[in-house]
Amino acid sequence: MIAEESMERKIRILIAKPGLDGHDRGAKIIARGFRDAGFEVIYTGLHQTPEQIVAAAIQEDVDGIGLSILSGAHDYIFPQVIQLLQGKGASDIVVFGGGIIPEEDILSLKGSGVKALFVPGTTIEEAVKWVRENIKPRK
Amino acid sequence: MFKEDQLKKVQEEKKKWGGDLSKMLSETPERLPRFTTVSDLEIKGLYTPEDIKGLDYSREVGFPGVFPFTRGVQPSMYRGRLWTMRMFSGLGGPEETNKRFHYLLNHGETGLSIAFHYPTLMGYDSDSPNARGEIGKCGVAVDTLKDMEILFEGIPLDKVTTSMTINPPASILLAMYIVMAEKQGVSKKEIGGTIQNDMLKEFIAQKTFMLPPRPSLRIIVDTIEYCTKEVPRWNTISISGYHIREAGATAVQELAFTLADGIAYVDAAMERGLDVDDFAPRLSFFFDSHIDFFEEIAKYRAARRIWANVMKERFMAKKPRSWMLRFHTQTAGCSLTAQQPFNNVVRTAYEALAAVLGGTQSLHTNSLDETYAIPTEEAVTIALRTQQILAEETGVTNTIDPLAGSYFVEALTNEMEEKAWDYIRKIDEMGGMVKAIERGYPQMEIAEAAYRFQRQMDANEKVTVGVNKYVTDHPPITIWRMRPEIEERQLKRLQEVKRTRNNGKVKECLGEIRKASQNGENLIPHIINAVREYTTIQEICDVWREVYGRYTDPGYF
Repeated sequence: MIAEESMERKIRILIAKPGLDGHDRGAKIIARGFRDAGFEVIYTGLHQTPEQIVAAAIQEDVDGIGLSILSGAHDYIFPQVIQLLQGKGASDIVVFGGGIIPEEDILSLKGSGVKALFVPGTTIEEAVKWVRENIKPRK
Repeated sequence: MFKEDQLKKVQEEKKKWGGDLSKMLSETPERLPRFTTVSDLEIKGLYTPEDIKGLDYSREVGFPGVFPFTRGVQPSMYRGRLWTMRMFSGLGGPEETNKRFHYLLNHGETGLSIAFHYPTLMGYDSDSPNARGEIGKCGVAVDTLKDMEILFEGIPLDKVTTSMTINPPASILLAMYIVMAEKQGVSKKEIGGTIQNDMLKEFIAQKTFMLPPRPSLRIIVDTIEYCTKEVPRWNTISISGYHIREAGATAVQELAFTLADGIAYVDAAMERGLDVDDFAPRLSFFFDSHIDFFEEIAKYRAARRIWANVMKERFMAKKPRSWMLRFHTQTAGCSLTAQQPFNNVVRTAYEALAAVLGGTQSLHTNSLDETYAIPTEEAVTIALRTQQILAEETGVTNTIDPLAGSYFVEALTNEMEEKAWDYIRKIDEMGGMVKAIERGYPQMEIAEAAYRFQRQMDANEKVTVGVNKYVTDHPPITIWRMRPEIEERQLKRLQEVKRTRNNGKVKECLGEIRKASQNGENLIPHIINAVREYTTIQEICDVWREVYGRYTDPGYF
C-alpha cells in the first residue's frame, strides 16, 4: 500500500494542433519523444479549435498541454486556450508551445500565461527536461 | 557499357587502390564512421565503371525527349526554353497579392503561382469561426469570384500560366479561374495552368483534407474528365512529392509514394472509362529539392524513368506524351533555418541547381525569411534573382543532363529506382495507395523517418549549420506582417457580395451541386454555374461535407 501511494503517476501531456495548418511533423516528433521519455501522451490530431483542445485536456485529465502551430495564428489561439482553461477552472494545467514564433511575440505570449515556447533548434531532450522540471502530475 | 577486359583492368586497379587506401586509413582514418545522404542512404567513397557495369545506355538512359526520358523530357531542354520561374505567392487579400504578382512579373518571373490562406485551402470562408486568426496569413484570402477578379486585374491570362496550390476545393478555384478568364475575353480552351488537386498526398502529408479519400478521388476524376475535353491546356493534377518530403520522408519515400499516388489516379480515371492517352499527357508532378545535391538529381532522373515504364508497360499508353513525367520543383522549406536566416540564400541556391541539373520544367525558390512568414519584397527578389543567375550566368543550361554518365550519379539513379520499386510493389500488394493510406502505412513510414532524422540531429550525427553546429546569435530580421485592416476589408467585401448577388440563383446552383454529388454526374459544369453567381467556396464545400462526411485526422504518431 505504502509503496503504491508513493509511486507517482506518469506525467500526462496533451499534444495539440490548433488552427488549420497541417504542419504536424514537429508535433508528432515531440509526441513520440515524450512517449519514449516515459510520459503518457495524447495527441489530438490536426485542425482542433481552442474549445476542442480544452475539452480534451479536461476529459483526459492531463497535466500539461503542448500546442504546436506554424501558421502564424499563435497570437490568437494561444491566449484563447488559456482563457478557456481559466473559465473551466483548470488553469493549473500547464500550457507550453512550439513552432515558428517570432521573437517579439514570445514576450506577449508568455505574459498571457504560456509557460514556455520552444522555437526551432530545440532538441527533444531539452523539451523533455523542461517538462520534468516544470510539470508535476496533478493530484 | 564497358568491355570485359576494360572492367577487368578496373577491378585490378581498384584492388590496388583499396590496398593503398587501407594503409592510409590506418594512420589517418576517415572523418566519419558512415557517409550518408540527408535521407540516411549510405554513400561509398568512390564509384567506378564497376558500379554501372550492367547499365544499358539505349534502354535505361537514352536521349532527351525519348523514352525512358532519363535525360529529360524535351529534346533541347534549356537550350530551347528555360524552365518557368514560378514564385509561390499569396499574402493578405487579393489586392496585396495582385500587387506582388505584378511586381514579380516586372522583375522577370515567367509564371504565376497562387498561395491561398488556410481557410480557402480547407474550404472555409473568411467569415467562418474556423478562419479566426488565420485570414491572409499563409497566403491570399479568396472567398468568391469577386476576389479572383481583383487578384488577376491587369494580368493577361492568354499569356501567363497560373499554378494554384489548392486541393479539396481545387475544382471550385479552377471554375473561378475559368469564369474570370472568360470575363477577360480569354476562353477556357486558351488558358493554361495547373491545379494541385492531389488529395492522396494530403492524407499522407500536407493534411489539408476535407472529405474521405474515395469521394475526394471522385471529384478529382471529374476534374480530369472535364478538363480533358474542355480545358485542353490545363494540367489537371500536380502529383506532389514535395509535401511528403517536407513531412519528413526520405528521398526514396518521396519518389515512391508520389509515383504510387500517380498510379492510383491513373487507375481511377481509367475506371471511369477515360482513355489513358487522352488524359495522361496532362498529368504533372511536383517534387522537393532538398539539400543533398546528388540524391536529388538522381531522384528526378529515376522518377522520369520509372514513370515512363509505368505508363508504357502497366497502363499500355501509346503516346510518348503520356509517358513523360513533367515536374515543378520547390526548394526545400524544411531545409531552411530560422537561425541565421541569411544562410538560407545559399541553401536555396544549391537546391535550385540540383533541380535544374535534374531537368525540372518549373521552379520556385524559397526566400530567406520563409521559415517565419510570407516573404518580404526584398527577400523574394533575391530568391527570384537566384534562379536568373543560375539560368543566365552559371552556364549549367548549355548542355543537357550534364551529369549523365557519372559513375556515381548513374549508380545512385539505379539505386533510387530499385528502392522506389520495392515500395511501389509493397503498396500494390496492399491493394493500392488508397488502401495503404487507410491503413496508415505511408503516414507511419514518414513519421518514423522524421523521428529518426530528428534523433540524428539531436545527436549531432547530422549537421545543420547554425542549428547544431556553428551556432551564433543573429539579429532578428524584418518579417512581413498581416495588417488587421486587410481582414476587415475581406470580411466587408464578402458581406457585400452575399448581399448584392442573386441569392435565389445561388440556392438553385447549390441544389444542382448536391444532386450531382449524389447521382454521380460530372460536377464541374455545375460548379462553374455556381461560382458565376458568386457562390462562396464554403457554401459549395458545406454541401460536400453534408453529402460525403468529413475526414478527420487519425493522428498517427
